[in-house]
Amino acid sequence: MTKKDTDPPPPESTPGPVGPVSTKVTGRDDLEHIEMDLLFDGAFRRYGVDFRNYSYASLRRRVQNMVRAERVTSISRLQDLVLHDPAAMQRLLMHVSVNVTSMFRDPTFYASFRENVVPLLRSYPFIRIWHAGCATGEEVYSMAILLYEQDLYERCRIYATDMNEVVLKKAKDGIFPLDLMQEYEKNYAQAKGQGKFSEYYSAKYDHAIFRQSLKKNLIFSHHNLVTDGSFNEFNVIICRNVMIYFNSTLQTRVHRLFFESLHRFGVLAIGRKETLRTTVHEHDYEPLDSRERIYRRKT
Amino acid sequence: MSARGIIVIGTSLGGLSALEILLSTLSDHLSLPIAIVQHRPALSDETLSLVLQLHSARPVGEPDDKEAIVPNRVYIAPPDYHLLVDRGHFALSIEPRVCHARPSIDVLFDSAAHAYGKRVIGVALTGASKDGAAGLATIKQKGGLAIVQSPDTAESAMLPSSALAATKVDKVLPIPEIAQYLSLLSEDRRFM
Repeated sequence: MTKKDTDPPPPESTPGPVGPVSTKVTGRDDLEHIEMDLLFDGAFRRYGVDFRNYSYASLRRRVQNMVRAERVTSISRLQDLVLHDPAAMQRLLMHVSVNVTSMFRDPTFYASFRENVVPLLRSYPFIRIWHAGCATGEEVYSMAILLYEQDLYERCRIYATDMNEVVLKKAKDGIFPLDLMQEYEKNYAQAKGQGKFSEYYSAKYDHAIFRQSLKKNLIFSHHNLVTDGSFNEFNVIICRNVMIYFNSTLQTRVHRLFFESLHRFGVLAIGRKETLRTTVHEHDYEPLDSRERIYRRKT
Repeated sequence: MSARGIIVIGTSLGGLSALEILLSTLSDHLSLPIAIVQHRPALSDETLSLVLQLHSARPVGEPDDKEAIVPNRVYIAPPDYHLLVDRGHFALSIEPRVCHARPSIDVLFDSAAHAYGKRVIGVALTGASKDGAAGLATIKQKGGLAIVQSPDTAESAMLPSSALAATKVDKVLPIPEIAQYLSLLSEDRRFM
């Protein structure tokens, strides 16, 4: 039952009153691509929210999730909704942003950070860390715990930013479901945490609330990597598994922003399967741990 | 030289030995890139890729985000990321699990269908999961080809059976014949 149709399909042709109307079936001008482009063009022009340079393959999945959730029949109908109703735009924002995170995610990263970055930080009287795209904050609290255990926390100010106000508020509150904390305890142990994980939070009802002593040097604020500029100079920038949702054009912009926002010899940490290779500032960094994607600005 | 199509393979329980046989029996002149999702725990290391490399003449590796899709290579989805196919490159994502899996076969298959349309060959092998059935249906819907391991030769029949229930497939075969059939298909004009 092998398909014998080996030629690329001719454009589909529909007869019409002014002659046949031809549509392309694959390539950048396929229908879904057109609808996606129009949706985000419209959202940008109407609301100033810019998702035009997000990675297409994953973005289209999240948009289709919203199409199903809103029970509309096409992305074009979603565009209609979004353009006419700011609440629908809010929902689009929630669908587009990916906030999957956990404490001590990639435990070996934290172990490497302790081994390779912490010794470098000890020489600074004052340390500024930028956690870009912090989502609900689990990785920020993880870093806070690590720095606390290394007696560095008092000297640190951790700026945690995200473009999504809803998750940012959750991060600021520092309250997490208690059942997740058990899973996180395993990650903490694998990251070779040096204290007792349960001492960092108090349990109330079904929730874990992080202690004030861990929160006091955390500054949460809204920042959009697509549109906003540099707001300070940092010793460390952590941006893990955020840029995977961006296309290469946007990744370039963000790498420029990070480079401008890092002190010389400052540290940049990206996700386990992200790379600086072929990015604009590739040669301005040297690896501190190439396996864990921890780099230091050398120029 | 850019890829003229892609072979996407999904497997779960029993996948390692199935893949070892498949990769070692593919003909040398099959140049289409191959992307594989093998269900694996979040904290696993690169042992899987190293083991498969022992059985493959082609380079085997786990792609980084945005890595180019190159002919004559085998790509394995890294643990705890979804592997997506975009036009000419891979994209990684940490979106929620699909069918409890990350990497998910449905995500790989679905993205390949949308990126390469008719020029996709989807292969569903042994597994104790339904992940991949819906994705294989999408591949067929977009004009691609679907091959399923014959359930009675599979260590776990669930994945192949779910795939067969989800869509009209082109071939149902044991592993060594899948390798032969892939080699034959890659000569098809649609991949030129």
